[in-house]
Amino acid sequence: MFPNMDHKELPRALQHIMERGRSTTVQAMPRRGFLKLTGTLGLAVGIFPNLAVAQSSDADEAAASLKPTEQPSAFVQIAPNGEVTVTINRLEFGQGVQTALPMILAEELDADWNLVRSQLGTNDMAYVDPLFGMHLTGGSNTIKNSFTQYRELGARVRAMLLAAAATRWNVDVSTLRTEAGAVLASDDRKLGYGELAEAAMALPVPQKIALKDPEDFRIIGQPTRRLDAQAKSSGQQSFGIDFKLPGQLTAVVARPPVFGAKITSLDDSAARAVKGVKAVLRVPLDRGAEGVAVVADGYWQASQGRDALKVEWDTSAVEKVDSEQQLARYREMGSRPGPRQFDSDMVPLETAPLKLEAEFVFPYLAHAAMEPLNCTVRLSDDRAEIWMGSQSAGPDAAAAATALGLKPEQVVLNVQMSGGGFGRRFSSTYDTVIEACEIAKAAKAAGLNAPIRTLWSREDDMRGGYYRPMHLHRARIGFDNQGNVLAWDHSIVGQSILTGTVFEQFMVKNGIDAATTEGMRNPYPLPMRLTVHHPKVNVPVLWWRSVGSTHTAFVMETLLDDIARATDQDPVAYRMRLFGDQHIRHRDALQLAVDKSGYGNTQLSEGRAWGVAVHESFSSVVAYVVEASVADGQPKLHRVTAGVHCNLAVNPLTVEAQVQGAAIMGLSMCLAGSAITLKDGVVEQSNFSDYTVARITDVPEFDIHIVPSAEPPTGMGEPGLPPLAPAFANAIARLTGKPLRQLPFNLT
Amino acid sequence: MISLNINGQEHEVDVDPETPILWVLRDTLGMSGTKFGCGAALCGACTVHLDGEAIRSCSTPVSAVESGKITTIEKTTDGTDRVGAAVHAAWVRHDVAQCGYCQSGQIMSATALLASLSPGAQPTTEEIDSAMAGNICRCGTYARIRAAIADAASTLV
Repeated sequence: MFPNMDHKELPRALQHIMERGRSTTVQAMPRRGFLKLTGTLGLAVGIFPNLAVAQSSDADEAAASLKPTEQPSAFVQIAPNGEVTVTINRLEFGQGVQTALPMILAEELDADWNLVRSQLGTNDMAYVDPLFGMHLTGGSNTIKNSFTQYRELGARVRAMLLAAAATRWNVDVSTLRTEAGAVLASDDRKLGYGELAEAAMALPVPQKIALKDPEDFRIIGQPTRRLDAQAKSSGQQSFGIDFKLPGQLTAVVARPPVFGAKITSLDDSAARAVKGVKAVLRVPLDRGAEGVAVVADGYWQASQGRDALKVEWDTSAVEKVDSEQQLARYREMGSRPGPRQFDSDMVPLETAPLKLEAEFVFPYLAHAAMEPLNCTVRLSDDRAEIWMGSQSAGPDAAAAATALGLKPEQVVLNVQMSGGGFGRRFSSTYDTVIEACEIAKAAKAAGLNAPIRTLWSREDDMRGGYYRPMHLHRARIGFDNQGNVLAWDHSIVGQSILTGTVFEQFMVKNGIDAATTEGMRNPYPLPMRLTVHHPKVNVPVLWWRSVGSTHTAFVMETLLDDIARATDQDPVAYRMRLFGDQHIRHRDALQLAVDKSGYGNTQLSEGRAWGVAVHESFSSVVAYVVEASVADGQPKLHRVTAGVHCNLAVNPLTVEAQVQGAAIMGLSMCLAGSAITLKDGVVEQSNFSDYTVARITDVPEFDIHIVPSAEPPTGMGEPGLPPLAPAFANAIARLTGKPLRQLPFNLT
Repeated sequence: MISLNINGQEHEVDVDPETPILWVLRDTLGMSGTKFGCGAALCGACTVHLDGEAIRSCSTPVSAVESGKITTIEKTTDGTDRVGAAVHAAWVRHDVAQCGYCQSGQIMSATALLASLSPGAQPTTEEIDSAMAGNICRCGTYARIRAAIADAASTLV
């Protein structure tokens, strides 16, 4: 949903922050008050509450030195009945952090899991990613970056509860212990957290705390059902689209047919006559475009009003993209020299005993989350409140403030549960929130004093841009009879996602966007020369679940299979040889998938073939061994066995779900009709009738296995996606003898 | 005014007869459990029951359902409907939902399938797939949907 951020790619300041975040205990710089206390006691502040209270000015200073992301009060509320509500510093849109983060916190808190609840946060600075310092749900970073943070939050609250109990009972805190939501004394007296919470949360926050030995985990690592499972299985879960304020109106927008176009003429008389329509407003849109917002009592009336508009558009000043011409242009660009990412020593290609040339084409892809984009805005003179499913609450709120002429602190963005997103809810230009603010502003200026929900139709969402970019890859590979690659000359043509975003300064180097090339070569020790071209095209592009690896994994893993096939080598053994002793997680993931699948030991039924692929993205490795067939010219995926390496799996039940889901999104990319194309500047697809996503009838059997590990966890929102399409393609190529060179698959 | 029977209750609504039942539920009556996904009967997120049959509420004008009984996710999973309760319990047991947005529609289609079977019958995977083919889940929860439906059916025996 966001590009890989390699630790080494980050500037020094960010590296420093990341190193800090990797430690398992708090390493904050001691301050004067803290030193004084610890110097006196030789123990952490907060463990001896009476003394801490007595020296409250010092303790307050110690607490004040904690960052907002370290302050328990922003994250934990304990009700008198013992219910613990944990605030999530991310968007929950299916990936399960709304359950995993509370698990992590509850572990160190020794909470009673049955009493744990969760809620989403806001654009408050407490809810930034603790390593990146900005509000960000992406890059499969939540568990990786907030694991230590939420453990520490839980440990701090536990220490405060212990301190409160010690005061209440007037005993030494070292005689106390915690268990399942209660503090127990040595004589087995017991106080529930709910009884202690008020006193505990008023205590100074301890700066230094000890964390559990992972061997003592009783919540982390347990397959745990989602906290929202009940609500999401009964229609009770409220999503952004469901949020409703008294008197709220709904806006829909007529957007130009070509990105960035303006209005030539507008006749809104029929639209205004539609019952329930309150206003028709010309509004500025993303990329310098203009649009017409129809504001009405409800979506249907607004939509009827939009249908009644007579708008003529001026598309003369904008590029009108045609996908076929674009491919021809990309082919021409791909043959030119350009900036290089890798520039390995290679033997001249002509001298290699065996050669392989390949061209790959990948289309634009829409995120197509099930909940269409929406954003609700309530304006007053000096304040704006926003409700939206945002992967980037802070930047979205800041963009809203700019659009509304307010100061950042005058905008509150309440993060709403979202029906998917896959990257689209972190718009690099903040198009969704800005548009909703422009509409709210125009409505207010027109005398409408009502909160307004801007709601996109499915067609608006699918034609509204911000796609996974189209790409062309070209490879010329020379290798020997043992499959040793001697030279790999590769070029990629595709729009840069990160240029013009907040990440450009450290993710675009030498004219090459790291989000385009991530996944190339890694981890194979190949002599590669990689040339990259970033054309400018009038189609907005964006990160899309697993970003660059959506195409690079396909290219790498199918080409390696081609080399193995050309040199009569088993594709698993060939990869294992390339991994050598260096890439243990790749080896372990692949071996687990191989062992569990029966690969090499089982005779497949007639017409089926094995396919294998393995890929690391976002610091996790996923290997697939699949069974596939071709029937009536149609490829069919029957079975998927996965080997997953994400270090410690916080919630194995969610890891399994994320692998299944990412695999199915990867499968979608293979299916006929899974492409966004343009003709005369207009997106040709509009809804699920002409943009294919996988349905239940496409879905294979799954068997997912996790490599056991106690290492600090890495993310799993995205890594299950990249290896699916190449594993499927490799199986089909073994059946047909013809490699697949484009997504969606084309077997003709 | 149009008269509607929704979840056993009579409602009088003042809307354009062409308004899809989805928007009457969501915007007029404030029942937000039924979801808007595509507006064109392509994704199934808006599935409700009309006299026990699964229909797409986003593409069914309210005037077409005046004589029938509409049932929504709120009623189907409130514990009073035996099949709905079994499906709801299986959905939770199998931890089916991810983002959860499509699941109201999935549960309504699954409930209609199981209610249509003769008592004690176990649906085949093909029957499940066929009944659920109109419901898209972009998160890809399909494997757990299959398992939950089979499990719910076994608890209804």
